[in-house]
Amino acid sequence: MEGTAVQRRLIWRFGEVVAAQAETARAKSLTLAVPEWQGHRAGQHVDVRLTADDGYQAERSYSIASPPEDSPQVTITVERLDDGEVSPYLVDEVRIGDKLELRGPIGGYFVWEAQMGGPLLLVGGGSGIVPLMAMIRHRKAAASAVPTRLLYSSRSPAEVIYRDELESAARLDGALKLIYTFTRVQPPGWTGYGRRIDAGLLAEVAWPARDHPRAYVCGPTQFVETAAAALVALGYPDAYVKTERFGPTGGG
Amino acid sequence: MESKLDGNAAGGILHEVFPFDMTVTRATCAGCGAIAAVGALAAYMHGMGTVLRCPRCDTALIRLACVKGRYWLDMRGARVLQIAAEQ
Repeated sequence: MEGTAVQRRLIWRFGEVVAAQAETARAKSLTLAVPEWQGHRAGQHVDVRLTADDGYQAERSYSIASPPEDSPQVTITVERLDDGEVSPYLVDEVRIGDKLELRGPIGGYFVWEAQMGGPLLLVGGGSGIVPLMAMIRHRKAAASAVPTRLLYSSRSPAEVIYRDELESAARLDGALKLIYTFTRVQPPGWTGYGRRIDAGLLAEVAWPARDHPRAYVCGPTQFVETAAAALVALGYPDAYVKTERFGPTGGG
Repeated sequence: MESKLDGNAAGGILHEVFPFDMTVTRATCAGCGAIAAVGALAAYMHGMGTVLRCPRCDTALIRLACVKGRYWLDMRGARVLQIAAEQ
């Protein structure tokens, strides 16, 4: 396909944690230096595998948050699921200098590259922001002026991942619009959206279908299905609404 | 309860078997004839293996499991695969 050549085999390799940053009370970004990383495209993910002393292995998929331009460093953002097998370890236990086993990049389907153009509609629910952030960071690194709207649904302002970076990017870039909806807790005096996404909300926020926008939707299953159905009802062709659902097998 | 994901999430396990990115491969559903990228199929992943279903009619296009060192691949629900020659 266009862009990076796809490797013939997907191999497990170790990446060293070179930076860790708390994003919210439950989410942390881990930056890995991965030897011989072949490069990735915004929207792709990696599989991470943990092996216990007794040989038991657990494997999860995590979206890449960093843009291709940061290669060979790769950043993932992990949200702790309290009953998860993998995420509590990654969020609470991993230290700089540790090595994590991973393979990737995986998946050329949920991918946006600057040359694909726009306008771009990004719809994220909770930690579904992560692959969309790779697209926003790539757009900036590539000096792309593609008109972009990000609709970010979060339970509360405190749970917004990348909040400072997003708000500063939207301030400095007139072609990037950031729209929040806070579904449980709204800040005092909030005049923006304060409900779960629905067809009416998307009709107000989304680019008109006649502009031939490209839409990327990532979040929990129900969120993705609501958003995708609403966009198709607004006239977006199926092929231009790309979705990525996450669930316990993906994120825990 | 197994959760419904996108075929994209099965990219890793599919890449263990196929030497190219299956998520951008287009598959024709043997049930209803719909054509979709494998990344856009509905994926059900659990310990027993992975099942990829047609988002329109629910036919299982691809079943994949790894048992005792062997991959078991059942693709009777995928009538045609369109694989990009240049990857």
